[in-house]
Amino acid sequence: MYTVVRKQELAEQVTLFEVEASLVAAKARPGQFVIVRADEKSERIPLTLADWDAERGTIIIIFQQVGRSTMELALLKTGDAIRDIVGPLGRPSEIENFGTVVCVGGGIGVAELKPIARALKEAGNTVISIIGARCKSLLMLEDEMRAASDELYVTTDDGSYGRQGFVSDVLDELLKSKRKINMVYAIGPVPMMRVIAELTKPVGLKTIVSLDAIMVDGTGMCGACRVTIGGKTRFTCVDGPDFDAHEVDWDELIARKKIYLAEEKEALARFEEVHAGGCH
Amino acid sequence: MPKEIMKREPMPRQAPETRARNFEEVALGYSQEQAVREAKRCLSCKHRSCIAGCPVEIDVPEFVRLIAEERFSEAAAELKKTNALPAICGRVCPQEEQCELTCVLQKRGEPVAIGRLERFAADWEAAHSEPGGLCEPALAPPPSDRVAEVAVIGAGPAGLTAGRELACLGYDVTILEALHEPGGVLAYGIPEFRLPRTILRREIEYVKSLGVRIETDVVIGKTLTLSELFDRGYSAVFIGTGAGLPQFMNIPGENLNGVYSANEFLTRVNLMHAYQFPDYVTPVKLGKKAAVVGAGNTAMDAARCALRLGAEEVAIVYRRSRTEMPARLEEIENAEEEGVRLHLLTNPVRFIGDENGWLKQMECIRMELGEPDQSGRRRPVPIAGSEFIMEVDTVIIAVGQNPNPMVRQSTPELETTHWGGIVVDEETGATSIPGVYAGGDAVTGAATVITAMGAGRKAARAIDQYIRSKLGIEQEPQPAVS
Repeated sequence: MYTVVRKQELAEQVTLFEVEASLVAAKARPGQFVIVRADEKSERIPLTLADWDAERGTIIIIFQQVGRSTMELALLKTGDAIRDIVGPLGRPSEIENFGTVVCVGGGIGVAELKPIARALKEAGNTVISIIGARCKSLLMLEDEMRAASDELYVTTDDGSYGRQGFVSDVLDELLKSKRKINMVYAIGPVPMMRVIAELTKPVGLKTIVSLDAIMVDGTGMCGACRVTIGGKTRFTCVDGPDFDAHEVDWDELIARKKIYLAEEKEALARFEEVHAGGCH
Repeated sequence: MPKEIMKREPMPRQAPETRARNFEEVALGYSQEQAVREAKRCLSCKHRSCIAGCPVEIDVPEFVRLIAEERFSEAAAELKKTNALPAICGRVCPQEEQCELTCVLQKRGEPVAIGRLERFAADWEAAHSEPGGLCEPALAPPPSDRVAEVAVIGAGPAGLTAGRELACLGYDVTILEALHEPGGVLAYGIPEFRLPRTILRREIEYVKSLGVRIETDVVIGKTLTLSELFDRGYSAVFIGTGAGLPQFMNIPGENLNGVYSANEFLTRVNLMHAYQFPDYVTPVKLGKKAAVVGAGNTAMDAARCALRLGAEEVAIVYRRSRTEMPARLEEIENAEEEGVRLHLLTNPVRFIGDENGWLKQMECIRMELGEPDQSGRRRPVPIAGSEFIMEVDTVIIAVGQNPNPMVRQSTPELETTHWGGIVVDEETGATSIPGVYAGGDAVTGAATVITAMGAGRKAARAIDQYIRSKLGIEQEPQPAVS
């Protein structure tokens, strides 16, 4: 059992948990994730390691309530326990002094981007970050990202905060400004990562994305998370989650993420049935 | 010899049409009367060749005699001297290739149903003992007298056996398991209708009752490394990480929606209880027409799960002929009775999807058997121009598993074969690293539960010798259980 020691609503429908998981905290590196199983009947879901504190023996996970599993998780309160947390899983992000790195984060992807941006800055890079959300209430970790970056741009789709538009608009301008950029890290919804990949591919700018394929065990045993990278099948859980954005078969990834749409709806309906009519 | 002695007592089973739609256990087990009748068929011959046929060397004639004499509790105790998991082995061991193969009755009739009797004795004991009464603490010394600490990686058949043996030899044992539940392949691979979870949990509780600790959610190679285990004070390590890395066919369309590895499909169904969706949240998606590629026990399990989940048609697609099918005969018969069809001498060449990435068809080619290959089986050769299309919406690939790579990848000094098996001394299970032993599918590639248990047992004894010689402790007389 893994006790939740702090719970915070980070943005609309976005929850932060600080959880006791000392072995994971001691080993975590930027870019890695954990598999979480909220309770006996829950799914095993991969969640990004947003931060960790080896001394306190805690990790930070941040998740958006998008389906039954994340909604179940969000019901937990400080002092409650999560049934299972296993990790840190996946290969850590490659961190070295590349020069100037642009870190692009969309929505919940900012949670994973933050430790990567911080590590890149610590490694001596000039870090330019661009974060965005659909609207102000969904934006998260602005202060933390500002601290982890040399420059920060903020966008919202509806213009309710920062600059109106997409994170890719800012990257496009940076590319056109002819500033020297050595590498791009992009983490966010698949359409966002794909647009970023399409922007940087023609100019041959190395771009790394972190893929969130469907997983079960998260340790290379099932192959649910297989993706095609440069024509070869890879397992996101053990070969990734970071991959070269220009090599990803995006259409296949998008199709595979939709496998259980109908079942997710059904599971959600059951959840809402059970949790309706409570004390609101 | 009287004629009736040549025939074994039949095993009561659920009727095929009923069981093909539920996840309840297929084989129902012998009644007391049946078990005694069957046990009395044993000739108590001098050859005792059944013992040599058993990888953990159960004293078969002895436990069978005890059943014949209606001393059931003693029969179970006899089994447990050498076998940590008798109710499991009685259900999933390929006895027809082991103890029963060497039974002298086999020459003129049917061998004694040793597996069924093993199951009977273990189940009888569980039904007639107090909750927790399975524990025989006398077998394992009290915690204060433990010689040293040993870590076991993986709570599957090899690890559970090694853990139990080491506990009985006087060690403080911790089993580290990557998944959220112990059991390894017994938990994620073998379906409920062949091995009910209650049986699995019962035998795991027995191992724990001897003082063995099981820590779940620990992935060696990620959460901790092998060398860190020694830093934490363990004197030796046993690696029983199994063969959980699924093989794919590397043919076009394999990543279409609707194509599963057998591991994913079975893990969803068994470990995650997808057959109880949406009460359990993990889903599994199954179409109307399912094909399972491969013909081992895993393939049979997957095909029979697919039927139970409501597929209208389930086919086994196998590139060789019936004779070469690696699955147990009993499982093939069970599958066919339930309605699984066999498409033999057939091999998929590509998967065809619709515009949304969903599997719709599978193109196959007919095969014929040529000369024997390295495995001694006749090599299947494609017949040119024989391609045809099968309409399918679910395909489960069950063509084999390789050893799990996590420990190997994080431990470069651990010697492995080109296909990822850990290299060991066959007699002891010793690896290229002093104090590190390995056994089971992590060494051999996918094999059977009982060979893994045999390897766990051997390695436990070798670990005992290693630690005793290192600590300069005299070899103590082996306890009765060994």
